[in-house]
Amino acid sequence: MNLILIAEQTLNGLQLGVTLFLIAAGLTLVFGIMNLVNLAHGALYMVGAYLGTFFFQQTGSWPLAVALALAGSMLVGVVTEVVALRTLYERDHLDQVLATFGLILFFNELVAMLWGRAAIFSTIPEYLSGHVQIAGGLSYPLYRLVIIGIGLAVALLLWWVVARTRLGMLIRAGASNRPMVAALGVNIRLLYTVVFGFGAALAGLAGLLVGPVYSVQPGMGELILIQVFVVIVIGGIGSIRGAFAGALIVGMVDTLGRAFLKPTLATVLSPTAADAAGPALASMLIYLLMAVVLAFRPAGLFRAVR
Amino acid sequence: MRPAPRTWVLAGLLLLLAAVPPLAAWLDQPFYLDLLRRVMIFAIAATSLNLILGYGGMVSFGHAAYLGIGAYAVGVLGFYGIHDGWLQWSVAIGASALVALAIGAVSVRTSGIYFIMITLAFTQMLYYLGISIEEYGGDDGMRLASRSQFSGLIDLADPAAFYYVVLAILALFLYLTRRLVDSRFGRALQAARSNEARARAIGFSPYPYRLAAFVISGAMCGLAGALLVNHTLYLTPEFMNWTRSGELMFMVILGGIGTTAGPLLGAAALLLLEDLLQGWSLLPKAVTEHWQLYLGVILVLVVLHAKRGLAGLIPGKNE
Repeated sequence: MNLILIAEQTLNGLQLGVTLFLIAAGLTLVFGIMNLVNLAHGALYMVGAYLGTFFFQQTGSWPLAVALALAGSMLVGVVTEVVALRTLYERDHLDQVLATFGLILFFNELVAMLWGRAAIFSTIPEYLSGHVQIAGGLSYPLYRLVIIGIGLAVALLLWWVVARTRLGMLIRAGASNRPMVAALGVNIRLLYTVVFGFGAALAGLAGLLVGPVYSVQPGMGELILIQVFVVIVIGGIGSIRGAFAGALIVGMVDTLGRAFLKPTLATVLSPTAADAAGPALASMLIYLLMAVVLAFRPAGLFRAVR
Repeated sequence: MRPAPRTWVLAGLLLLLAAVPPLAAWLDQPFYLDLLRRVMIFAIAATSLNLILGYGGMVSFGHAAYLGIGAYAVGVLGFYGIHDGWLQWSVAIGASALVALAIGAVSVRTSGIYFIMITLAFTQMLYYLGISIEEYGGDDGMRLASRSQFSGLIDLADPAAFYYVVLAILALFLYLTRRLVDSRFGRALQAARSNEARARAIGFSPYPYRLAAFVISGAMCGLAGALLVNHTLYLTPEFMNWTRSGELMFMVILGGIGTTAGPLLGAAALLLLEDLLQGWSLLPKAVTEHWQLYLGVILVLVVLHAKRGLAGLIPGKNE
């Protein structure tokens, strides 16, 4: 194990972390404020990836494609909220899980109808391809650095919105005492729709950013959604700070586990045993982490103030 | 006491199911035998989930784990040349109960969304474990050399015989669940579901009751897994896919949560609907090709509008 490899994998972990954070931020807010378990959040990530790819092919301009795909994801989110999810807020978690499970089937098939079942080819603009030389012989893809940069910038922006603006104040108030906020004359329904729309746009942003890195296909949302659930459960449901910490922890643990667990095990066990146990343990690692966290801190690391 | 209408409906359904093999043979449609056997296997799994979900109020989003463990018990023993059905099925039940005990010991302490997530997480762990064990086919799965063998007593290779075995187990489990729910144990379990604080106040801790129900439920589902792998003759980690857990939950809800007949009705409705949307030649091609889209819409509508499920349509008391 050399330093360059470790640095490279750490950056990969950071990139996965910020991607998870973009999705988790919306999900944790929706849960914290509306008390809604939304399994279909991964579908919005998928919608973002498809729209981003589609608009980039059509317009040829990446910033324009990003803007259009963001607006599109937000629109899809708002329509879903108004048509299907609104009636679910007062229901128990079981109904929410099932109804949003139905929405997943719906969105996956809809995407398959429009673009086919096979993965579609998603490209990045010419000027973002290529590698950047970072100190000491480490060269890293520029596009992944851009993802990390955008993710961290959005995290900062989100912190500012939640902590410093009127909208953020309402969001925090809604999370701690819904009836009181409504009684003070705030249009809570509108607030819900706005929050859901922004959450959808963030998930869409994650999708369109990582589309070219991973693969764009129906069902891509569920693969990442379960990791995102691990993130928000570790971080504490309803807490943005928790989502950020949880996302970075899960991103790092997953990436570094996959890269280094097998060689590390090989130093203790026989190579064949390490070959067998390494990958299995690496893919189970984040779920183990979650079980351990829940065993000691049943409400996650950063408990949202209620 | 006269049996309730729902008991009659359930008995009628089971009789109807018993009449299927001769009918299918007479019509020369062995396909229906296959389809309904699948329905009954899932009805067994859904019945086991109903015990903790419907009567215990524990929303397990990881019940497919036990289907997988039961299936792997049969598949792995078969892989090493052990085809004895008594042994295979006992291991399936025992291993599922042990894993349920381990998972339950941790997760039954939590509640609400955390319970949903932790059961999901444990099932994901097992799913990835199944994927990464190359010896037993890994991601691709592996074919079974033979069905479980019961030394000449029953031949599962005979489709009708296998069908009646599944039917008998289903009927037995429906009866046992009913008896269990009506027992002191079942009453305590339901009391803990409806009001935990009151249950504690009258002097019992819900935890051991919940954990015991969780283990019984896991063991029952493990047997369903053993049946399922005998049915498909193919072992794959997909048995433990989280969408499978979702389907099981949906069967329970669709059929009517906390009712004896519900899981059977739900399993039948969902699987027959799937089959209909996929293969019914009268439907336009746009529907059959993208049947999941319509299934998704139906799911959402059922959850939003039919709170009591199919069993709720038949008069009778709801737990």
